[in-house]
Amino acid sequence: MALLKYESHVRPPLVEGTKTYHQVTEDIVRPIEARPSMLWWAGFLIAVACLLFGMYSVYREVTYGVGQWNLNKTVGWGWDITNFVWWVGIGHAGTLISAILLLFRQGWRTGVNRAAEAMTIFAVMCAGQFPIWHMGRVWDAFFVLPYPNTRGTLWVNFNSPLLWDVFAIGTYFTVSLLFWYSGLIPDLATVRDRAKLKWRKYMYGLLSFGWTGSTKHWQRHESLSLVLAGLSTPLVLSVHTVVSFDFATSVVPGWHTTIFPPYFVAGAIFSGFAMVQTLLVVTRKVLKLEEYITIEHIEVMNKVIVLTGSIVGIAYITELFISWYGQNKYEMAAFQNRYDLSTPYAWAYYLMMGCNVLSPQIFWFRKMRRSLFVTFFMSILVNIGMWFERFVIIVLSVYRDYLPSSWTTYYRPTIFEVGFYVGTFGLFFTCYFLFSKFFPVIALAEIKHILKKSGESYKPKQKKIEEESAEQLHHHAHGVHHDEFNY
Amino acid sequence: MAVKKFVVGCFDEEGVLFDGVKKVRKAGYKLHDVYTPFPIHGLDKAMGLRDTSIHSAGFLYAIFGTTTALSFMTWVFTKDWPVNIGGKPNFALPAWVPIIFEFTVLCACVGMVITFCYLCQLAPFVKKHHFHPRSTDDLFVMVIEPTPKSNVEEIKAFLQTAGAKEINVQDAETGWWLGRYDKDRKLFEERKESSLA
Repeated sequence: MALLKYESHVRPPLVEGTKTYHQVTEDIVRPIEARPSMLWWAGFLIAVACLLFGMYSVYREVTYGVGQWNLNKTVGWGWDITNFVWWVGIGHAGTLISAILLLFRQGWRTGVNRAAEAMTIFAVMCAGQFPIWHMGRVWDAFFVLPYPNTRGTLWVNFNSPLLWDVFAIGTYFTVSLLFWYSGLIPDLATVRDRAKLKWRKYMYGLLSFGWTGSTKHWQRHESLSLVLAGLSTPLVLSVHTVVSFDFATSVVPGWHTTIFPPYFVAGAIFSGFAMVQTLLVVTRKVLKLEEYITIEHIEVMNKVIVLTGSIVGIAYITELFISWYGQNKYEMAAFQNRYDLSTPYAWAYYLMMGCNVLSPQIFWFRKMRRSLFVTFFMSILVNIGMWFERFVIIVLSVYRDYLPSSWTTYYRPTIFEVGFYVGTFGLFFTCYFLFSKFFPVIALAEIKHILKKSGESYKPKQKKIEEESAEQLHHHAHGVHHDEFNY
Repeated sequence: MAVKKFVVGCFDEEGVLFDGVKKVRKAGYKLHDVYTPFPIHGLDKAMGLRDTSIHSAGFLYAIFGTTTALSFMTWVFTKDWPVNIGGKPNFALPAWVPIIFEFTVLCACVGMVITFCYLCQLAPFVKKHHFHPRSTDDLFVMVIEPTPKSNVEEIKAFLQTAGAKEINVQDAETGWWLGRYDKDRKLFEERKESSLA
């Protein structure tokens, strides 16, 4: 996308090593053209095994009913909705990176956006499973769509946050998919034009839609990406806002708070970036893409993690403060069920606090931000913490309701409830393994676009430009490319 | 579509290509197109292409989405099947904002992508002539169409001086056809005969 023509030489390069355009293509397309390694097969098969167990768990649930799970009258939303919110949250980083960072002109997004967007799509696919199968009578799932029917026509309730969710998640998935795929088309064309094998030519020919790289097409493509980014930016913020409305518009103490939308969005970005780190720290190593996903990229994302983690921390403390400040006894009781160490789930609350608020503070130290081991470890920790955040919000607010006789003693999931969750991991990683094998995991065209100003071997030239006067710089940056033609 | 003769010049530096485009236009040759592996900013202007108005199309789709969502929900809840939900107003505009917004975005995005594919003629099984296989890798390919006023040799010599690394002449289909990329040029050959017949 339109970035500055000049970038300060003080900024670390985004592409390391001496690269030509052809070398970029070679490096990024190599894993697609090579045979998958044993490591890939091992990971892929484990993912498929998890997916199969998940499918069996879902089969049990559909055949025998939601009673296969340990949900009951009091805890009606347990693991499934926790997992739903968790996956949706993870699905926020990709669009954030590709849309918001594009509008903010952050050059480093080019190295990570493709994989992050793919991750977003897979995470939203996983998230969508939970409300659908939670319906119990899943064969009636299409009732959520507003279509003329023989029941009246009895329409869906447009005032319900649960229906807003259907629209929000549905739109988010569709838009993310279109954004991702429209960016992929030129890169798939690159793979197609290099292909030697017949099936590869056929497949990538099919997938790349006959892309040629015509200037007019690029012009439209640029415009399309920019507008999609502009539309995705409020969209990505709206999705978790709407998810938080599922809780915030209810009358359950602990849920009924106006802080939820910004708090959920910050948490979503937080967990999304953690998942991006988990995947990319491994992907860059296995696919030998360290020169494109550099330690700088990792560091920048760790900065986002410490920022959003701290925002989430402030939200936790604000929530706690307001429950005391409001002096509503039900609200206070709901929070006592979290922080009071004598309550059965207090450990979940403190685990959440530890993982989400305290541990990311380690990223104030540059050395820690740049350590791959610490990054990977922390990304796992943050994901665990964010899962427990949703668990704390959902289960800890409902397991002791207004009537003490209906309190649950201790809600714990069944094997099929866990199996369903494991199954979505299977789905996620099966998709990710296939993606990393068959698609360019880095946006080729975008890397080439920034190569000559952010590539390591081109950086010294930027220094020369930087020493020029303002007029010269202006001429240099705009002169060649913006000449007006008056023929 | 028609099969035409083209003179093709391949550049390996975008700076040289830029100057080349300027010179082509100054010399008055008919520039068919320039194929690049990544978007080059300002090249469209240099070639004299007008700005795309695909974003205006997006705006229209967005307006369509907003009005459809708003009018549909209004009709459903006030005319077709008004439901008394705790005595709240049937026309519950604030509660509809999320769906109106989501539907606006959905219509704009889907509409724009379809428009983009239509304008660029992109779809599965669409095949187009590629002047150079490396035009999606690292070459910038400038294609000039000879006219009665300009001859092929002259254009070739011109491209040479403009700094093209590789120059050749190709007969090519200008449009697209249904085809597969694993069947090398075969369909194109067949079509050439049939279009001449």
